Amino acid sequence: MAAPKLVLRDITMVYPARRGQAITAIDRLSLQVGEREIVSIVGPSGCGKSTLLRLVAGLIRPTSGEILLDGRRVEGPGADRGMVFQSYTLFPWLTVQGNVEFGLRLRGVGPEERRAIARRYIELVGLVGFENAYPKELSGGMMQRVAIARVLANDPEVLLMDEPFGALDAQTRALMQELLLQVWEKTHKTILFVTHDIDEAIFLGDRVYVMTARPGRIKEEIPVPLPRPRALEVTTAEPFMAIKRRVLSLIREEIGSAR
Amino acid sequence: MQGGRPGAGRRFLKGVGEYFQPQEAIPGSLYRTIMLTGGLGAVVLWCILTYGGFVSPLFLPSPTDILRTGVELYRDGSLIAHTRASTFVIFSGWALAAVLAVPLGILMGSFKVVEALIEPVVDFVRYLPVSALIPLLILYIGIGTAEKIAVIFIGTFFQLILLVADVSAHVSKDLLDAAYTLGASRSHVITRILIPATLPGVMDNLRITMGWAWTYLVVAELVAADRGLGYLILDSMRGLFTDRIFVGLMVIGLLGLATDQFFKWLHRVLLPWSPKV
Repeated sequence: MAAPKLVLRDITMVYPARRGQAITAIDRLSLQVGEREIVSIVGPSGCGKSTLLRLVAGLIRPTSGEILLDGRRVEGPGADRGMVFQSYTLFPWLTVQGNVEFGLRLRGVGPEERRAIARRYIELVGLVGFENAYPKELSGGMMQRVAIARVLANDPEVLLMDEPFGALDAQTRALMQELLLQVWEKTHKTILFVTHDIDEAIFLGDRVYVMTARPGRIKEEIPVPLPRPRALEVTTAEPFMAIKRRVLSLIREEIGSAR
Repeated sequence: MQGGRPGAGRRFLKGVGEYFQPQEAIPGSLYRTIMLTGGLGAVVLWCILTYGGFVSPLFLPSPTDILRTGVELYRDGSLIAHTRASTFVIFSGWALAAVLAVPLGILMGSFKVVEALIEPVVDFVRYLPVSALIPLLILYIGIGTAEKIAVIFIGTFFQLILLVADVSAHVSKDLLDAAYTLGASRSHVITRILIPATLPGVMDNLRITMGWAWTYLVVAELVAADRGLGYLILDSMRGLFTDRIFVGLMVIGLLGLATDQFFKWLHRVLLPWSPKV
């Protein structure tokens, strides 16, 4: 594995309860993500997957433990850790172009350069011709493609994806997974991808972390030695199936124990 | 009806029944026809009641009576003067409320500190009938135009502040978080995300409270007024000039309708991206 780009060390996240006992969402969790790696995290619902990403994004702070990006401690949100959410988070008052340029504008990049960068990423996600459309004119899949372009235009160190295709229909979701891999082939961004979809986790990931039911811990780390570039057909072949059976049995144990 | 073939009556009922499916759309042409029938029906009923002599003009003047009186009041200049006076009071009171309530509402909806500070006061004052505050208003600011503007202000300010607070409290947290992960600072998030995100809701509520402002008009012109549409209505009551009362009501209704349409147009023009357009 390449040198760790992102390190989570002994992360514990306890939500103070309004009454009764506090909730431990994540319990002494450690993991690392290598440079240019795609790491998927799957787990039963409520296991703290999303909390984990929000911690890495710096949107919330862990109760204890530390998160290191390139050896530097994460203290708050920043453009070096761009996030794509499950909900549609395009800014409705900005066009596709305006959304993709948002981060660049904040950093004071000049208009010429902004336009050139935005053009490159709009092309990359296949939305040429929609530059001047407002989000309300786009389909769910298109909105998520813009959200990916918007984050990539910022050239982040790590791409955090919180079930970004979870709200899309099955066919669009499959296409988006392929698109994400195509984008990765061209940008080689480090990606931390959270999902409850086992196929998605394996198809995208170099490794899959399976989480336990609450409190969330890493139950097991499963390598995915499928060759890249991958196309969706890989999901029907035996090596994929073998990994899927393994993940499935682990998840089943967790769902069973949660009940 | 006998078994076997359903009778014409039952078929008719079944056909009509289809249009009473809860929340189902009906054909656009049918909708327009029914709408026209409703509007025309009211006018026709009005004509029958008045021209047919079923109701005394003292209670309900005929359309021509009202039109004649309206033209009369327009010719002698008083209708314009009344309308102008009322419009000034309404727009001033409402604008003053808007200028203060919109920023305060956004602060209240976004920051728990502000919410805790002003919500109890707002909730208390909100339930006080505006008319009950008139004696105090007279005591504090007299009986001039300022008092009338104050009535409109109080009638709209406390409602608007809560409506706007609700709008800003419902701005998606993910939208703010997305901005943070794109490198936005807290002040960026407030100025570039929170405020634009509230605009469609704010516009909607400005339109709604403008409507409420019109409903406070008579209350505003209750005390020591010498012009205004509310005054026209109150003054006409003394001489039982029902036709004048109706002229006043018609003008208020039409101005309200026009303002509403204007706000909807403004929403489309200013916020073409709004999901509500």
